[in-house]
Amino acid sequence: MRAVIAEDSVLLRIGLVKVLEAAGFEVVAEAGDAEAALAAVAEHRPDLVVLDVRMPPGFTDEGVRAALVIRREWPDTAVLLLSQYVEERYAADLLSGDTRGIGYLLKERVADVEEFIDALRRVAAGGTALDPQVVSQLLLRRHRDPLERLTRREREVLELMASGRSNAGIAERLVVSESAVAKHINSILAKLDLPRADADHRRVLAVLRFLGVG
Amino acid sequence: MRIPTPPRLPLRPFRDARRAFALVAAGIGVQLAFCVLLAAPWLTVNPSHPLLVIAAVIAPFAVAAAATPWLTAVQRERFRALARVDIPRTPEGAGPRGIGTRAGRRQAVYHLLAGPLAALGGALTFLLGLVSLGAATVYVWVWALPVSWRLAQAGYTTQAAYVTAAGLAGLGATAWLTGALARADGRTALRLLGPSREERLARRVEDLTERRADVVDAADAERRRIERDLHDGAQQRLVSMAVNLGLAKVTLTDLPDDARKVIDEAHREAKEAIAELSSLVRGLHPAVLEDRGLDAALSGIAARAPLPVRLKVDLASRPSPTIEAVAYFVVSEALANVVKHAQASRADVTVERFGGILLVVVSDDGVGGADPSSGGTGLAGLAKRVASVDGTFSISSPPGGPTVVTVELPCAL
Repeated sequence: MRAVIAEDSVLLRIGLVKVLEAAGFEVVAEAGDAEAALAAVAEHRPDLVVLDVRMPPGFTDEGVRAALVIRREWPDTAVLLLSQYVEERYAADLLSGDTRGIGYLLKERVADVEEFIDALRRVAAGGTALDPQVVSQLLLRRHRDPLERLTRREREVLELMASGRSNAGIAERLVVSESAVAKHINSILAKLDLPRADADHRRVLAVLRFLGVG
Repeated sequence: MRIPTPPRLPLRPFRDARRAFALVAAGIGVQLAFCVLLAAPWLTVNPSHPLLVIAAVIAPFAVAAAATPWLTAVQRERFRALARVDIPRTPEGAGPRGIGTRAGRRQAVYHLLAGPLAALGGALTFLLGLVSLGAATVYVWVWALPVSWRLAQAGYTTQAAYVTAAGLAGLGATAWLTGALARADGRTALRLLGPSREERLARRVEDLTERRADVVDAADAERRRIERDLHDGAQQRLVSMAVNLGLAKVTLTDLPDDARKVIDEAHREAKEAIAELSSLVRGLHPAVLEDRGLDAALSGIAARAPLPVRLKVDLASRPSPTIEAVAYFVVSEALANVVKHAQASRADVTVERFGGILLVVVSDDGVGGADPSSGGTGLAGLAKRVASVDGTFSISSPPGGPTVVTVELPCAL
């Protein structure tokens, strides 16, 4: 798996390269701004691009715009965005097309190396990795009531599911058995009137659609 | 800027008699010119028809009224040059609009009433002075005037001594009266030609408002700068350190147990430091507020709150950065309070704009009894921050709840 990194902070870029290498990626190019990142993607055609949202020259949402260009031009490229804060509307922009191979995480999650590596692999494999904060913001925007019918535990499961985790991942996170997670998920899908889907990313998609994204 | 209080006239009898004399004399001069203006129709046309007579009486006054700004300038100059008193300019009335303004009308009152009265008083005082001078020097006259010119054969009599004494007293009185008159004239001029107390206060309030806004903006810009610096510096370093420690955890699997423990510990500490720094930065002035506005920033706070928060933000356009920052601070503090004290099961936040008012309401279904005067909650600081931009802050929190915090912030339209 080949990867391109675009991040303007040199310190963090070095850290990211190390983490990606630890996760088994080959970092083929590093960029300090969105222009250079797009050029590097055009040249190397990587499997994964890790983008910082705020980059020179404007330090606003250059990364998001670059991500949208990459998704349009090279749809097979997985994109993971890192941001100082998460803004669910960026997520909505990103997920409005194909949600395969999209990640959007808080920058500080990189520090949780194991989890971050897990997210990298998930995204590179065509899955989704959404920051828990994005998901809770999405839940906040949905004031309608099917959500109110969920139990507290089901809400937790829904959040983890929406952030792109597999059953095994959810089970590990909540320290319960996988069969318990499956039960929760069935109950959630029934309460929210969502289609049963076997493939992980389809299920994520359904949940995100329900939450008003895409 | 100085506080524009009317300065005191630096005049004392005798010592400043010369200056007072000059001032009063100049005043008389100005008024004489006015008298010439009044007399002009009679000296030139000499109207006889009643209507023309009325016109001839009214016209000079109209001319004087129209010339108010110019006359004011003349009087201002008289006080500045002769009494060293600077009459502060009025915000209005100095311009060509003349008596169309309140200040202009006050000035017209001075030119048509107070000024002539002072000049009349001055003329009488000078007359007294002349008579006194004559009386005080009666012996000289007795000696110097030829016999045919004298009023009577006074000679060197006791009567003449009385007259001399009276004359001297009269001179003293003249000096004192001149001073008093100059002072009174000066005070009246300051009151009528300068800005009124209301105008001075209004100007002061304007000035203070402007300066306070500058201070608030400066504080806010400083918060943003600190946020930037922390994010670009300390936070990046911490993240990179935590990444390195995390990598060590993942890759160095053959380390002895206690070394692994140390690395684990350091990694956790670093992550906690990052979280603490993040929440500190969010309290200062989060980047999301600057980039994406209130809605995005508040949804971040609401999503992080450990209880369900219903958020409704309805803004057609973004208010000024300072007002945004205050609104953000209000919601963030109020929610922090709810979490800490209210034992609530849910909270509601609405931010709406009504004309020039940004209305922020934060309510919860908790136990109530919040008291903004007690120092334990952040409510006092909240009220202060709201007051700093002329907003209003109110809280209703009966024991048993619910608590509603209402804040109105002025948005410059």
